[in-house]
Amino acid sequence: MCGARMNDQEQQPRREARVEPVSTARGLGQGRDHHWGEFLVENAIRVLGFSAIGFVVLIFLFLLQEGLPTFFRVELPILFGQRWYPTFDLYGTMPLILGSVLVTIVAIAIALPLGVATAVFVREVAPNWAREILKPMIETLAGIPSVVLGFFGMTIVAPLVRDVLGAPTGLTAFTGALLLAYMSLPTIISVAEDALDAVPKSYRDAGLAMGATRWQTIWRVVVPAARSGIITAIMLGMGRAIGETMAVMMVTGNAARMPVTADSLFRPVRTMTATIAAEMGEVARGSTHYHVLFGVGIILFVLTFMINLAAASVIFQKRRRGGLR
Amino acid sequence: MIAALSLSSCQRVHPPNATPPVPGTAPQTIENKGSDTLVNLALAWAEAYIQARPDVRISVTGGGSGTGIAAMINGTVDIANASRAMTEEELRASRVNGIEPIEFVVARDAIAVVVHPDNPVDGLTLQQISDIYTGKITNWRELGGEDRPIVLLSRESNSGTYIYFLEYVLRMGDTRSDLLFSPDTLLLPSSEGITAEVRQNPNAIGYEGLGYVTGNVKVLGVAVREQDPYVMPSVETVNDGLYPVSRPLYMYVRGEPVGEIADYLNWILTDGQEIVLELGFVPLEG
Repeated sequence: MCGARMNDQEQQPRREARVEPVSTARGLGQGRDHHWGEFLVENAIRVLGFSAIGFVVLIFLFLLQEGLPTFFRVELPILFGQRWYPTFDLYGTMPLILGSVLVTIVAIAIALPLGVATAVFVREVAPNWAREILKPMIETLAGIPSVVLGFFGMTIVAPLVRDVLGAPTGLTAFTGALLLAYMSLPTIISVAEDALDAVPKSYRDAGLAMGATRWQTIWRVVVPAARSGIITAIMLGMGRAIGETMAVMMVTGNAARMPVTADSLFRPVRTMTATIAAEMGEVARGSTHYHVLFGVGIILFVLTFMINLAAASVIFQKRRRGGLR
Repeated sequence: MIAALSLSSCQRVHPPNATPPVPGTAPQTIENKGSDTLVNLALAWAEAYIQARPDVRISVTGGGSGTGIAAMINGTVDIANASRAMTEEELRASRVNGIEPIEFVVARDAIAVVVHPDNPVDGLTLQQISDIYTGKITNWRELGGEDRPIVLLSRESNSGTYIYFLEYVLRMGDTRSDLLFSPDTLLLPSSEGITAEVRQNPNAIGYEGLGYVTGNVKVLGVAVREQDPYVMPSVETVNDGLYPVSRPLYMYVRGEPVGEIADYLNWILTDGQEIVLELGFVPLEG
């Protein structure tokens, strides 16, 4: 398989795939004499592994502790209302939730065809030398700091959106979605490419042997066989998109309007992440506004969790049907 | 926010109601608290002042004008920063405590309304600006400009400028008004963000502290009513009180200041004025 560096978004599925080799290694170790060093290292790794889980749990508890008071302090009709004016105790989170959802969905709608097509090209079509160049380049894309992309978006993409698409301002949901699509592409491509890689060669051979063209084999056999991996790629890309903050804050205009009109895509929006980032720095600790921002964090967490759950259930269903992976 | 400032032995005159220095302990600190609008300016003053006077300590805290004034009345701070004058109620409360607050105007805060350089509109009335920002007027055509949608730019809602603009322009000083910024208002995290968007976008209108206005944008004249003259903001028009979107910024002390506090206030009103413009405010004239 590809041996290139992976970034943190991609580590999750990869870690899963490596569970078996690790346990085999331990099996081999047990056969040998017991080494002190090995014992220490093994336990150190175990402690580190569990502490990672521990930290996640602690962060989650902290989020709950700071965020849950929101749901008691602010009446629910206000909390899920349409007006976000925190300075005047109007904490309607609906524009923020819908803003995040709109930007994320559009970003994925842009990134999905591009990402899957690129993965197919890199894995199935490109000659070896091109693959060797393309793969590291795609992975480098993931390393561009989001604030740099945000600046690029503000100075280059936003004026283009205004001039070409005729929007009143270039700081729109669409501008944010374009940047997010770009940012989630490396994740989608890498994971989808791994999924294609996992399709056994026999499938391709069988397809070609049945008289299918190369394109038919790719489109009708290989891609459907890798479907669950591709869906994981999309979910991970979505997770990246919905949680992204800096670039989004810089290019979406941060107007807390309800994105429900037909032209909303080309109007400013305010996302949950941008709201937390912009307001947390100045808010008085322990105030209602402070708790509401954590409450928004909980809502964001629940949304991300649901996306991951959806991804997991797709994979699980696929397994039960005896599919790949 | 607290500015940690330098220390040294303190052998100067002390304010009457401060405890006398015990030899060998830290020197007397000037406690300075109040308006969040003023906090950055107060910090800059404190930092500049201790460069010249390393034997003084000044601590600066935000929290809001009301908080600062209350602390000054209670005697926990020496100087209260306020972006508004003290109310009758606050004056009464301080007299009950036996304190006669002395008011100093230390700088002025003026907000410039800016548009793209190609925008043909030269001036607006307060009512028009209010209607624009509350979403009643949505096209430049209604203001004698081109047929273009208006894109509203504002600072984030935690900025002192946001609150001031809302209270004095949108609500035109009416405390019972519940007008709010239109939900279509773009909230940008910095003055630079507003300048950048106004510079490129002919639809945009924005506001920012007068000291932050740079070239490449067009500053609009503002009139109180339609028949009044449209006044361009400048250090002169702000100091003369002609430009309507401006307000004095205050420091209050307990009684006639003496010693360190008097020296500090004197410095603020003279040499301290040099850095006021850098922080987006308008220096006092003369």
